[in-house]
Amino acid sequence: MSDVAVQHGVADAYEPSLFGTYSKKVGMWLFLLSDSLTFGALLFAYSYGRISNPDWPTPFHKASITNATIMTGCLLSSSLTMVMGVLAARRGDRSWTRNWILFTMLFGTAFIVLHGMEWSKLIDEGLRLPLFPAAGHEVNAEFRSVTQVVPQFPATFFTLTGMHMLHVTIGVIYLGIVALRRKFLPILAVIWLVGWLVIPKDSVFHYLIHVLLLGLVVAATIIFLKPKDYDAHDVEISGLYWHFVDLVWMFIFPLVYLMSTRITG
Amino acid sequence: MHDAAVHDDSKGQYFFVWGALLVLTAVEVALAYNQVFEPVRMLEALMILSIIKSALIIGYFMHLKFEIAAMKWTMMVAVVGCLCLMFVFFEDALRIVHLGVK
Repeated sequence: MSDVAVQHGVADAYEPSLFGTYSKKVGMWLFLLSDSLTFGALLFAYSYGRISNPDWPTPFHKASITNATIMTGCLLSSSLTMVMGVLAARRGDRSWTRNWILFTMLFGTAFIVLHGMEWSKLIDEGLRLPLFPAAGHEVNAEFRSVTQVVPQFPATFFTLTGMHMLHVTIGVIYLGIVALRRKFLPILAVIWLVGWLVIPKDSVFHYLIHVLLLGLVVAATIIFLKPKDYDAHDVEISGLYWHFVDLVWMFIFPLVYLMSTRITG
Repeated sequence: MHDAAVHDDSKGQYFFVWGALLVLTAVEVALAYNQVFEPVRMLEALMILSIIKSALIIGYFMHLKFEIAAMKWTMMVAVVGCLCLMFVFFEDALRIVHLGVK
């Protein structure tokens, strides 16, 4: 089935795929290759700054490393549940396909929440970008100093981890649409609205939560323009995207967190 | 779906890969936590472990191991080649360090 994408009735008019698989999967791989260059550029920019600056800060202490390790565990576990979802989809087991994808979304959401808490803590302590809303208090002189002396650190840190967090968020929305289709739209709308109302205005996430609204508009447009019942191939390519997000974190975690570690006490 | 049907889809191998990824992560954290190496050597060790982890994810979780050779080589050569080109910038970063620019 995979190497016959078009049923045209004319024998030998189209050659089988060079890559021996269906075109949607090749398309997703090509997208992931281009996206890996985006993350590659960001990771190289971070590494460039670290190598060229002898005063590069090492502000991550025990709590940050513990948090980032748990986040890594969440992403690795989400990849396992995603693979289980793909296997269930191949067996034609729709119920367990949905369940495994929902588990994957749960781990992904846990990652986003933990990462958001980490960002909020760092911003409150003084590690910040100029465009962030002013905090009521900045208690940590070390982070304030880092922001002033080596502004490349918060710039590259927030860009790199923010870009990854955006990808995880898009991944959770993507999986939600594949698992629940139209039923996911009101859920997403409620999460956006509650998040916007609950998160304080002096938090950067009060504004970043609108990414969910943007995702809602895009997802609704796609679903209403092309309503379909997602099959095993769709589950597999959504899984490719999810594993890629996991893969990128395998480089961000050691480069950004473990290489900026200073364990005290 | 010939690409999916030709390989062993037993769940055990995926749990094994998941366990290996968790163990490698624990090793990374232990190395960094105990400051086992000086920074450059630490970076090399962490990157080697990360490349092993990414190979496991790409090969097993993303199923590239089970694709045909044309798919594997086209995808991997393209992305690894492009990423390697970015190493040219590190020469400049080291030049700045040697110049002692503050």
